[in-house]
Formats: sequence, structure tokens, C-alpha cells
Amino acid sequence: MRSAIEGARLHYDMPERTRKLVRSSVRRAGRRPLFFRWDWRYLWIPLAATAVIILSILPFLGHWGAQDRLSQEIVDAHVRSLMPGHLTDVVSSDQHTVKPWFNGRLDFSPSVSDYASRGFPLSGGRMDYIGDRPVAVLVYQRRKHFINLFSWPSAGASTSAERTTVHNGFNVVHWIQNGMSYWAVSDVNQNDLQEFIGLLRGATH
Amino acid sequence: MEPQEKLERFERSVIPYMDAAYNLARWLARNDQDAQDIVQEAYLRAFRFFDGFRGGDNRAWLLRIVRNTFYTFLQRNRKEEAIATLDEELPVAESDSKRPDTLLLREADSELLRDAIEALSPEFREILVMRELEGLSYKEISSVAEVPLGTVMSRLARARQQLREMLAEGFGERGAAKRTARIRGV
Repeated sequence: MRSAIEGARLHYDMPERTRKLVRSSVRRAGRRPLFFRWDWRYLWIPLAATAVIILSILPFLGHWGAQDRLSQEIVDAHVRSLMPGHLTDVVSSDQHTVKPWFNGRLDFSPSVSDYASRGFPLSGGRMDYIGDRPVAVLVYQRRKHFINLFSWPSAGASTSAERTTVHNGFNVVHWIQNGMSYWAVSDVNQNDLQEFIGLLRGATH
Repeated sequence: MEPQEKLERFERSVIPYMDAAYNLARWLARNDQDAQDIVQEAYLRAFRFFDGFRGGDNRAWLLRIVRNTFYTFLQRNRKEEAIATLDEELPVAESDSKRPDTLLLREADSELLRDAIEALSPEFREILVMRELEGLSYKEISSVAEVPLGTVMSRLARARQQLREMLAEGFGERGAAKRTARIRGV
């Protein structure tokens, strides 16, 4: 059968317009570093002006600066996910479908539970890219709101207390538990979010 | 990885497989426009995940992303097709034709063969395409499709069997609808 199939010339050649489109698409993604759109030619002006200031306070920024950057990345990713078609890669309320979906896509296996009986049904999951690494995102729903739960293996501490902040109107909670770094983002009210996190933290013990 | 270095490395190691990516996407999506969307989306994902790629078979890694992108696309845009069952368990009816494969295939023109392959379910079609058109090894296919080696071989055998059936019983207008319905398990 092999030679006959080959002989029938069934291989589809890539159209030139598609080739060009994909290449320019990748190049655009490569040129635009994550969340900024800068005109590199004029960058030297503000850089020179702020270089001295930054260098002098650099020793003090340390941990907190990194955390704030990460918070902003997380919130940006959350907002992007709320745009049509960007919320989930795997759509399922079944944890036995969502959990294995991450196999082969991540170098860790996120724990997945469904809390539909408590009013927080699982909507699905997706891959995302935060802090220079691929991360797992589980999407839960609370009435008409979505909660994005980001998780990845913690690079530093294996435990940390919960830290709650508000960014752009979204409630953001971060904690580290059992070596995994968790970030929950949502526009649900603080009470609901805390209830959800309580369920999560109980399940992963 | 620096953005520029990442782009250069990506262009060197992943871009060359665009033709294989397109061919697989085209056979899975069965039309040009969707194939283009899928390849573009797959390449953007591949670029995003490139940092986490620990090396190894670039082609298999890329094709896995293409394949996953297709199935996500299927779930979102063609729910009916995504739900259709894969009739791996259904017994295959005995073909009436005694004609050998080579004769059947020589008589079948490209158009017919193309239609017949498109009538297979995506899970069978992708294995056939990867094996016969892209020349991937069973191990590579197993890695791309994320199924065990045994499943790859049995699906390939089934795909060939179904193809043989369709061609033998005359994949014409009369038989086409009946064939497609039975193979799709609908």
C-alpha cells in the first residue's frame, strides 16, 4: 500500500502564503518580548535617565520586585484568558480528563479536583507561560465569574503564607504549598475566592 | 534564552518542519483555511514552549503540538465531529472483493484515495498520514499521538483495512454515504 499511496502524490504542499504567514507570525512573537511593545531605537533615552536611580536602589528591590512583576504577568495572563477562545485548551469538568491532558505538556503533574458540589465547577485547563516557564492553569467557575488557578513547581521555598493583593480590580492570591507555587486570580469577591482557596488547600494536603 | 537567540534557534530547529506540520494539519482539518489557522496557532505555541523543550526529536515534538492544536480546534469549532466515536472495537465485515491490494490501489485514482482517507476518523487518518506520507517510525508516531506502540500498530492496521474496504466496494456516490456513516460510528 505504501508505494501506491506515495505514488498517488497525496502529500499536501504548504501554500506559499501560509508559509509566509507562519514565519512572520513567529518572528513577530520573537521580537515582541512578552508584554511590552517598545520602539528599541529610542530606548536609550529613558534607560540612561533611570539607570543611575535603578542601580542605586537595586539591592533593595530584590524579592519584592520579582513578586510584583510576577503578579502583573499573572493578571495580564488572566485578562487575556477572558478574551473569546482563550480560556481553555481542554474543555471538561471531569478531573480525570483534565489532569492527564497535562501529561507530556508539562514537566510536572498538577493536582486537579472538581468542586462543583460546592459551587465551583471545573471548566477545564490550559497551558500558559509565566515567569519564563510553562505553567498549568485550571479554570473554575463561580456563577458567571471565572477563576484562573496557575500552578508550577516552586523554584525557592516549599511553603509560604497566603498573600492577597488587588491588581486592576482583580483579586489575586498567592501561596506556596508542598513545593508548588499557586496563584489564584478572579473578579469574584474576596469571600468567594477565600472559600475556593480553602477547598483547594484542604484537598492538596 | 535571549529573545534573539531563541528566535534564531527556533528558526533553525523547528521552522524546517513546517511542511510536515502543514501536511498533517491539512489531512486532519480537511480544508486549507483551517489547516493554515492550525499551523499558525501550533507554531506560536511551539515558540512559546520552546524554552521548556529539553531537546530530542524536534519533528515529533512539533507534530505533537500540531496534533493537539487540531483536536482543541475540533472541540471548539466542530463539536459533532469531535464527539463521533472511534469504532476500534467494531468487527470489520468481510470484504466481498478478492482483488489484491495493489490492483485496487492502481485502479483507484488520487481523488478516490484522498476521499477514502478523509472518510477515516481523525485518529486513524493521522496515523496513516504520519506513517505513509511522512515516514515516521512507529516509535515516533507513538510519541506524537501519545498512545502506546501497540495502539499505533493496531490503528494503522485498522486504517488500512478500512481503506481497502472502501476501495474494494467502490467508493462511489452510492457507497460513500453508507461507508462514511459506518466508519464514523454515527
